[in-house]
Amino acid sequence: MRTIRHVSADPPPFFHRGPSPLTRLAFFGLLSIALMFADTRYRYLEGIRQVAAVVLYPLQRAVQMPGEALGWVAAYFGSKRTLADDNAALKQELVVIAPSVQGFASLRDENAKLRALLEMRTRYRGGATAVEVLYTGRDPFTQKIFVNRGTDAGIKAGEAVIDELGVVGQVTRVFPMMAEVTLVTDKDHAVPVRVERSGVRSVFFGAGAGRPPELRFMAPSADIQPRDKLYTSGIDGTYPPGLAVAQVETVERDTGQVFARITARPLAGADRSSYLLVLGEGAAQMSRPEEPVDANAEKKTGRGKGRRGG
Amino acid sequence: MNYPRATTFGSARPEEILRSVNPWFILLTFFLGFLGNVAPAAGLTLMLRPDFLALVILYWCIQEPRYVGVGVAWMLGLVMDVGDATLFGQHALAYAVLAYGAEYFRRRVQRFPLWQQAPQVGVLLLVCAALVLLVRVVGGAPLPRWTYMVSPIVGALLWPLLSMLLQWPQRPTRSPGER
Repeated sequence: MRTIRHVSADPPPFFHRGPSPLTRLAFFGLLSIALMFADTRYRYLEGIRQVAAVVLYPLQRAVQMPGEALGWVAAYFGSKRTLADDNAALKQELVVIAPSVQGFASLRDENAKLRALLEMRTRYRGGATAVEVLYTGRDPFTQKIFVNRGTDAGIKAGEAVIDELGVVGQVTRVFPMMAEVTLVTDKDHAVPVRVERSGVRSVFFGAGAGRPPELRFMAPSADIQPRDKLYTSGIDGTYPPGLAVAQVETVERDTGQVFARITARPLAGADRSSYLLVLGEGAAQMSRPEEPVDANAEKKTGRGKGRRGG
Repeated sequence: MNYPRATTFGSARPEEILRSVNPWFILLTFFLGFLGNVAPAAGLTLMLRPDFLALVILYWCIQEPRYVGVGVAWMLGLVMDVGDATLFGQHALAYAVLAYGAEYFRRRVQRFPLWQQAPQVGVLLLVCAALVLLVRVVGGAPLPRWTYMVSPIVGALLWPLLSMLLQWPQRPTRSPGER
């Protein structure tokens, strides 16, 4: 039954309408703030998010489909000319990198022998999974991307993600068919690095979107120059050692300050490359030695070490 | 009293009688708005994309305050929070404030033609964005790029179009002789 009604007519005031909008706003506002606080402190929502991600995945793919189809059609009718140009460029590139590729086999043999001599473990023990970037995170306050493989490919939270140029970030949440990768440029995301030229160790901190990452807590006298390459040092056990991370851009040594201000530019292009590689768990160093069982024991061993060292 | 004549971009004038809305239609538009928000995007699209769900909530709060109010908006915000994997409660707070703003200004906003409603809606959306910004920055997040403020403005620009779309099913069918 359809009734015809005047739009601006409100129900007469004698109908009960519940609490006033302001009261409701105050109630729901406080509730939201409580929820936000609880989420920041206790992270109790991970389970709900897992379920939501599974439900949302088909919807998201369905929404994505028209765009993908368009892209496919466009690619199909892409001019022969571009393809020929691409082909020529790739052939040229192949010739350019040929010497290094040809030398690779002998270098690998040599490296293997040296490693055997040193009884070192091979660097990447675990497997690696190639993934495709699905989309960028929607939250403008964080630097995250989502990739198309998750628990189905055995990806675990904490694994390092790289592209052909360097470290992209770290897997932070894993869903059944996708995973969330936090980029190295996310605010306060830390990567332990080593300067290639001088071997100085430092920690590379992201600063958020649109701000250059920094090397914090470096003395003004530290041996770091602009254009120095930064590689992972591997001491955190998350990122395997020897991956390219960034290039130092500016170094300000203000004698009035305790620390130098050093900014760097990440090498990997998370916003450019659409294929990434997730390095398996074994890629990083061996696990930490077991922690002492109780706090007392920890204190004792700590002191013991100190004495021995001194 | 003279109201501006309803043109293509004019709203249904206050005297114009609209059919009552089907609650299922409201639900459907919420679902579509949600889909629009969770659809994957990157780069420019992500920057320009308005918060569709917020716009739809705003529309229904202004047109049908008996169906959609602060409580419904808050719950939709929670759904959006789960879908978005952001801070839980962030969208809920923003949408509740939006619904309150809509309820407060709705009599005024309705008097204007759609293109004049757009800036007023834009202010509401900007206030919401600023509120989210405040909450997140207090919570320790870095300041986002300036492009953060682009999406509310795009939302305001889309308002006339969206209002017309949402109003379509409620428009009365005219007899051929009219107009």
